[in-house]
Amino acid sequence: MTDILIVAEHDAARLNVSTAKCVSCARALAGARVTVLVCAADAAAVAGQAAQLEGVDKVLTLENPANAPALAAVLAPQVSALAAPYALVLGPSTTFGKDLMPRVAGLLGAPQVSDIMALESPTRFRRPVYAGNALLTVESEPGTKVIGTVRMASFEAATGGGAAPIEKASVSVQLPTHTRFVSVSAAKNDRPDLQTATRVISGGRALGSADGFKILYSLADKLGAAVGASRAAVDAGYAPNEMQVGQTGKIIAPELYVAVGISGAIQHLTGIKDARTIVAINKDGEAPIFEVADIGLVGDLFQIVPEIERLI
Amino acid sequence: MKRILVGIKRVVDYNVRIRVKPDGSGVITEGVKMSINPFDEIALEEALRIKERGGTEEVVVATVGPADCQAQLRTALAMGADRALHVQAEGVIEPLVAARALLKLIEREQPLLVILGKQAIDDDNGQTGQVLAALWDRPQATYASKLEISGGTARVTREVDAGLETLEVDLPAVITTDLRLNEPRYVKLPDIMKAKKKPLETLPLAQLQVEPRQQLKLVKFEPPPQRQKGIRVKDAGELVAALKKKGLL
Repeated sequence: MTDILIVAEHDAARLNVSTAKCVSCARALAGARVTVLVCAADAAAVAGQAAQLEGVDKVLTLENPANAPALAAVLAPQVSALAAPYALVLGPSTTFGKDLMPRVAGLLGAPQVSDIMALESPTRFRRPVYAGNALLTVESEPGTKVIGTVRMASFEAATGGGAAPIEKASVSVQLPTHTRFVSVSAAKNDRPDLQTATRVISGGRALGSADGFKILYSLADKLGAAVGASRAAVDAGYAPNEMQVGQTGKIIAPELYVAVGISGAIQHLTGIKDARTIVAINKDGEAPIFEVADIGLVGDLFQIVPEIERLI
Repeated sequence: MKRILVGIKRVVDYNVRIRVKPDGSGVITEGVKMSINPFDEIALEEALRIKERGGTEEVVVATVGPADCQAQLRTALAMGADRALHVQAEGVIEPLVAARALLKLIEREQPLLVILGKQAIDDDNGQTGQVLAALWDRPQATYASKLEISGGTARVTREVDAGLETLEVDLPAVITTDLRLNEPRYVKLPDIMKAKKKPLETLPLAQLQVEPRQQLKLVKFEPPPQRQKGIRVKDAGELVAALKKKGLL
């Protein structure tokens, strides 16, 4: 039996799908006993959703007004205070989990395995290094508590149908006040979430401007797709940072990925390796994106993209 | 004295095509160009800009690693750091060990701010800044794309999955940098000459009383699975037909 604690990611009202992916990662281990921890000001709604995930054995809630909005410096001492009974403490490899989990590891003096692709045993993990150009298997000493972040593109979300008990937990730790939330700004749109969309259309610097991206938004809306961008396009200000796909942006695994005007730097390819089908549209037939594309089309994207939209 | 400590790491240059050794013991680094981790270069650039604005009096750059790392420390000095600290250590240095070593340097240097890259592009761990902030019991602001310091606090804009988040942190604090914080300067030849005269102090890890403990054994490196070679289509019509055939439209 391996006891695993998963730190839930949520926005106070809804559990993020990243948590369901962590559950799938944990469940891949035979004999895993999975507890999901919801830290919130009011945990009821999110805890209810976590309890319904198939494969969750127990949901713990830790309520404190200081837990909203989530700050790593505030959550980490609470998570580490509860970590004692668990062999593994997992969080998602999203900016939430990547920020929080190493702070937990630091407090516990425990090793962390980042971006877990496979949990091969309670002490054996596989993860990408060098921007996914190598896969590394690491092993911890039996009996050593390990902290981990779970690579989102490697796991399907656990489905509903569970009915785990929900328990209130409490810890007595001093919470810091040295870190204060000021604001968060996010562009609102009705498109699917980039990290979970089954279809994604991404644009590169060849789109030429923020205006140029409009042809992608239009096609994406017709396909029900999310829109992403290369680092070059984000750096140039054509698209906001949350749309960046790649080693340092979002790593995604859609059914269909359409790269439009993206040359295909290694750092970008890292973010799309797990896509089922990759389509590349680029005027340069020698662009590296064609080396990974399942279907390639050389030509002028400003003609091709609207034409595709007309044809579907 | 107001001081900023910047942590850097020597890594395989980001333009190098990575190849896994046939025996799976690592990746090929012989004869390969090594550089300052790009995110750490951004960290150093930010510290230098703060100094140029009068926000700090000194920029100290530090690394943990073997003797070879001194080349990257010299580059950092050429970029404009005032002095360098080399914590000498061999073998695999896990984030916890690096953070413990940096904490010892913090105790000695008493910096106002510690800036690190958000991740190293070799092991892609992305842990050292947060681990250090935990050990130091100070604030962390990771993935910074904007940093403003006023008095005893810093206002940091962070690139998060939802968009941009702004935090206010009391100083001292640990900041980790994202790509869009700044564009690092190029090193000029006269600065390389000047850097040779700047102080570089070597401190063995043992002297800092940090144990080089490795908690995760590196079992094997493998190349990632290759994708099958794809097809080329001539126009939008053929593309749509191919996608329909695959059941994707």
